[in-house]
Amino acid sequence: MSVPVLEITNLHKRFGDVEVLKGIDLTMQRGDVVSLIGSSGSGKTTLLRCVNLLEDYEEGIVAVAGEQIGYRQQNGRRVRLREREIARQRAMTGMTFQHFNLFPHMSAIRNVMLGLVRTRKMPKDEAYATAETWLDRVGMKDRKDHFPGQLSGGQQQRVAIARAIAMNPELMLFDEVTSALDPELVSEVLAVVKGLAADGMTMLLVTHEMQFAHDVSDRVVFMQDGRIGEEGPPDTLFHNPKSERLAAFLKSSKF
Amino acid sequence: MEIAQALEVIWAARWALLAGLGNTILISVLSILMGTALGLVVGLILTYGNPVLRFVVRLYSDFLRGTPVFVLILACFYILSVVDIQLSAYEAGIFALTLFCSSHVGEIVLGALKAIPKGQTEAAKSVGLTFFGTFFSVLLPQALRMILPTWVTTATEIVKASTLLSVIGVVELLLGVQQVIARTFLSLELYFFAGFVFFLLNFAIEKAGRFVERKVAIPS
Ligand SMILES: Nc1ncnc2c1ncn2[C@@H]1O[C@H](COP(=O)(O)OP(=O)(O)OP(=O)(O)O)[C@@H](O)[C@H]1O
Ligand SMILES: [Mg+2]
Repeated sequence: MSVPVLEITNLHKRFGDVEVLKGIDLTMQRGDVVSLIGSSGSGKTTLLRCVNLLEDYEEGIVAVAGEQIGYRQQNGRRVRLREREIARQRAMTGMTFQHFNLFPHMSAIRNVMLGLVRTRKMPKDEAYATAETWLDRVGMKDRKDHFPGQLSGGQQQRVAIARAIAMNPELMLFDEVTSALDPELVSEVLAVVKGLAADGMTMLLVTHEMQFAHDVSDRVVFMQDGRIGEEGPPDTLFHNPKSERLAAFLKSSKF
Repeated sequence: MEIAQALEVIWAARWALLAGLGNTILISVLSILMGTALGLVVGLILTYGNPVLRFVVRLYSDFLRGTPVFVLILACFYILSVVDIQLSAYEAGIFALTLFCSSHVGEIVLGALKAIPKGQTEAAKSVGLTFFGTFFSVLLPQALRMILPTWVTTATEIVKASTLLSVIGVVELLLGVQQVIARTFLSLELYFFAGFVFFLLNFAIEKAGRFVERKVAIPS
């Protein structure tokens, strides 16, 4: 098998005295779509944020496309990489946020162009064309000159997806793309994510939309108190949960 | 006829008064520019500095903001010469106003940078921006927009505070006017005139500020 796109080994993370990730192991191959589900506070968001080092962690290894992220081993000790190195590595993954986090002072297309120009060092016109292509892909080309404040939540999230994916990342991380949206705006965003999955994008997503997780995923991971409680193909996990906890969780999620 | 007479006096003294006005403007502009530059550094240290540096700059800022500008000006003029730093009244005054301005701008910058949601930095990081890229492309443009209205107020405060330099003998507009009063005894009319000119100056600054604010406003 080729090098995994994502390989997480024995990841531990604590906030102060509280250990919120207690040894996570997860491997994803190219094109895999993995959904993280689980009750509030189980560590799903934290896990995503450790992958692109928005959170530091105490123990474990995260490797993207075979490259260890954020740290290197030196004389058996773990040393944090320099900020510039980490910035480069962060661009290997794309991330979207629950609250979109678009840059409010930039038009949609400038939002998408920023990383292309600053990080990828793309010439402006090429960045513009790339950004336009991706905005078109998420159905936002006709709004490319709008500012975030002029867009609905669903539109903002689609621009945010374009901003992340235009960077051509190895791996996409989606943190509850739809949970801040009004119900009628959910489907337009989920359709975009499904389209990307169908294209073969490797993605790790956190979601509370169980039907969506069921439809889009190759594998579903049930997080429970900072550990992986159960994982497997969506049909198995959703229809034949092994643990009481998962069964109860699915029931409460009205799946 | 008092008014006509006053106007005549003002006209006769026009060059001296204009020179005073020129000084007021020059002192204000220099103090505001240098104070803002220094204030940006103060604000950056207060926001991102290590604890020791932050502590020192916090003392600096609190001290300057807690001291009357008047005292600051006298201190810069009289005390610095004790430690053998010889500044002209002009230089000492600009120095004092610059310090005063920097402490206020520092606080404004700190407030603005703190008010930007953490998600902005995280989104910038997630597309691979470094600290500097994040700061210049994402944080600063938003912070400057937030700062603008308060910064304009600070600028008008500096213009007003520049009149205090008259006590150490800097012939800015107020002292220029006082010299005319000493010759003509038309104090009411001339003080009114001085007040009116300061009002016009600050009115112009506020208008310019509003204009820039509208220009850089984010569409929504
Ligand atoms: N910055 C932080 N400081 C301290 N504790 C934190 C911080 N962020 C998260 N936590 C704690 O870590 C645990 C895991 O949080 P996390 O956000 O990863 O959960 P989650 O599974 O994403 O939950 P949700 O479904 O509500 O989004 C929670 O107990 C949370 O309170
Ligand atoms: Mg979460």
